[in-house]
Amino acid sequence: MHLDNPQQLIDWHDKIIAKQKKIKKKILVCCGPGCLANGAQDIIDKFKTVLKEKKISGFTVEALKETGCHGFCEQGPLVVMEPKGLYYTKVKVKDVEDIIEQSIKNDKIIDRLLYNDPQTDKKIERYQDIKFYSHQKKVVLNNLGNINQCNIEDYIANDGYQALSKVITSMSPQKVIDTITKSGLRGRGGAGFPTGRKWATCRKVESDTHYVICNGDEGDPGAFMDRALMEGDPFSVLEGMTIAAFAVGAKQGYIYVREEYPLAVVNLQKAIEIANEKGLLGDNILGTDFSFNIKISRGAGAFVCGESSALMKSVAGEVGEPRAKYVRSVVKGLYDRPTVLNNVETFANVPIIIRKGASWYQKIGTPKNSGTKAFSLVGKVRNTGLIEVAMGTTLREIIYDIGGGIIDDRPFKAVQTGGPSGGCLPASKLDLPVDFDSLNEAGSMMGSGGMIVMDDLTCMVDVAKYFLGFLVNESCGKCVPCREGLYQLHALTVKVSEGKAEEADLEKMEKLSEMVIIGSLCGLGKSGPNPLLSTIKYFRDEYMAHIRDKRCPAGVCRALITYKITDACTGCMACIAPCPTNAITGKKNEMHVIDQELCTKCGACFAVCRYDAILVS
Amino acid sequence: MKHNLDKLSAIFNRYPQNRESLIAVLQDIQKEYHYLPEEALQATAKTLDVPLSKVFSVATFYNAFSHYPRGEKIIRICVGTTCHIRGAHLVQEQLENRLNIKAGSTTKDLKYTLETVNCVGACSQAPVVIVNNKYYGHVKVSDAKKLLRSK
Ligand SMILES: Cc1cc2nc3c(=O)[nH]c(=O)nc-3n(C[C@H](O)[C@H](O)[C@H](O)COP(=O)(O)O)c2cc1C
Ligand code: FES
Repeated sequence: MHLDNPQQLIDWHDKIIAKQKKIKKKILVCCGPGCLANGAQDIIDKFKTVLKEKKISGFTVEALKETGCHGFCEQGPLVVMEPKGLYYTKVKVKDVEDIIEQSIKNDKIIDRLLYNDPQTDKKIERYQDIKFYSHQKKVVLNNLGNINQCNIEDYIANDGYQALSKVITSMSPQKVIDTITKSGLRGRGGAGFPTGRKWATCRKVESDTHYVICNGDEGDPGAFMDRALMEGDPFSVLEGMTIAAFAVGAKQGYIYVREEYPLAVVNLQKAIEIANEKGLLGDNILGTDFSFNIKISRGAGAFVCGESSALMKSVAGEVGEPRAKYVRSVVKGLYDRPTVLNNVETFANVPIIIRKGASWYQKIGTPKNSGTKAFSLVGKVRNTGLIEVAMGTTLREIIYDIGGGIIDDRPFKAVQTGGPSGGCLPASKLDLPVDFDSLNEAGSMMGSGGMIVMDDLTCMVDVAKYFLGFLVNESCGKCVPCREGLYQLHALTVKVSEGKAEEADLEKMEKLSEMVIIGSLCGLGKSGPNPLLSTIKYFRDEYMAHIRDKRCPAGVCRALITYKITDACTGCMACIAPCPTNAITGKKNEMHVIDQELCTKCGACFAVCRYDAILVS
Repeated sequence: MKHNLDKLSAIFNRYPQNRESLIAVLQDIQKEYHYLPEEALQATAKTLDVPLSKVFSVATFYNAFSHYPRGEKIIRICVGTTCHIRGAHLVQEQLENRLNIKAGSTTKDLKYTLETVNCVGACSQAPVVIVNNKYYGHVKVSDAKKLLRSK
């Protein structure tokens, strides 16, 4: 059915609601990035076969939903049963028949699949009662985990496309821009530029064509919010882009998706086709004279292509090198035309703001940082997953209340935000409210939303070395300060990690960082030294331990550590075969020894030892 | 190496034949042949009417493109931040030792290719290794052998 006017959308919405009301019970299987990696697809397939074999009255395959990321990846694969919110964790294929037999047919709860709260050691039945969920505020991620990934009926049943309809029927482009400006929405791609202001500038530029581009490059390693949104709620991104196109007067849009996300491409493509078919995208949207088309452009594995001018070159099929920004891309962007570029999450916020109003949105978060922010909470934290909190929530609430603290109750050391452009914040900053400005002030950055928690076994010199190595690889090489400066900074961190640096090298690094920041052409170089500077600022002692004492306190930097076997060794021989250099000798039931000459410190023995008998020092 | 280039025309036909399609075409060629054969680059330049030098510069700029034939089994180790702090480099070293090649290369018998990738968005399962599109999470140093044998 093609929708030829806004009224038909309303009618369709009512029809879908009436139809869905009849579905009393629903099984939601999480197909987010984490659960998929854990075998969610096999679980879906099994559910389908079993449901086909066994006819269950009042329950059809339609009530089985393949949803986007439900959030609690650590506990995946997840299966949720509505309406109660009954929540099963770590589900395996062999549990599927049980779930159908007991929980669907007979409304019984399967105890062994429930989540066990580690603090109280009690089982929890409903996900809403789990601390990981109860401390969050879901706005932009609300559909994920609730609706079928590429199902437009589910999207519409959850008020999808009402915003677009409202914009087309009752708002002028200027009014749309005013609403977004008033909501205080700032770009979720990292820098936090006010979205309304960007749109307003673009609209004012006279041109034969305007473009709208969605940045789905998600280059920060350790971040997967945008992946989860593009895969799990693609229509919200399309609707947001379409509204932006209406506001700035664009007819053509692009979504730039990173190549590591093949499923995002598939789901977005499907969603685009469906939206076109329904008249919610393409020519004469909802029967009006407003037309907008979206094409997908796949990235090819270059971090720098997340940067606006490089991304636009890449969309045009060229080498993704940034250019100087004395003329901004909202004025002269793709094919030298005025172009609005926003992040995936930014666009996904737009329909919600239009639907619920700017003042509603503005009340969430803090005055200068309204709304919520999605994060991927990962690293050495107990509850890893995809979360969303109101801006201004403290790091402590995120890491301890939602994240459940550090794995094995080890001490918290640092949290890394903002990817290679961000920094590491220490325990003294745990009460920092998380928003664009506070993070910048503390020497880090919001970035696109990766939040990587580190414990005392993570070496800050190693982290700085890691990010600089990453950036050396990813620098496009066009400007010297970035290409050579980051290279030298990386070499200096290598020197520190090998215990060969002197105190003067620290100063050298700080000075050189300053030059890289001032001299680089684009954001990659300009923010590249941040991980280094923030670790020197907050963890100077650790640098000094490497430099002065030739010691790596976290036991990570290879040149400075040794592996030793302690008398906890039972002589089980498990470590002997994995050692690639045959450095370990020993007989059954006798303590083993490592030949330090042969040991390459690869950690293979440490990883297999079940008796904590291998000591790193 | 000679290739059956018949499949190229099907790839070209998927896209408008202009500059904007260059990266998408190269991606599809890579998907088909697992790397970019030289003849295919020449055909691309001709069909899309882009100078061969430009095709080469794009093909060499982006990490996703390979210029050498790759192995039957492509093992990609995630070395994103989360995987790194959870020990991805140790896993990488084990695989490199066992295959006797460095990441970014292919064994002589064309059986294995070892590559690294910066985050595949499954960070909650870190460290992650992908073998021919199948994800393995929470990989341990001692899993190297299992990964090599996996399908
Ligand atoms: C090196 C570099 C990499 C970037 N990578 C991304 C990215 O992966 N995703 C993203 O949304 N923005 C990224 N950005 C920011 C974009 O340039 C741009 O500011 C953003 O997409 C604008 O959208 P927003 O206003 O909605 O945040 C990157 C910037 C730089 C300098
Ligand atoms: S860092 Fe490895 S999957 Fe994200």
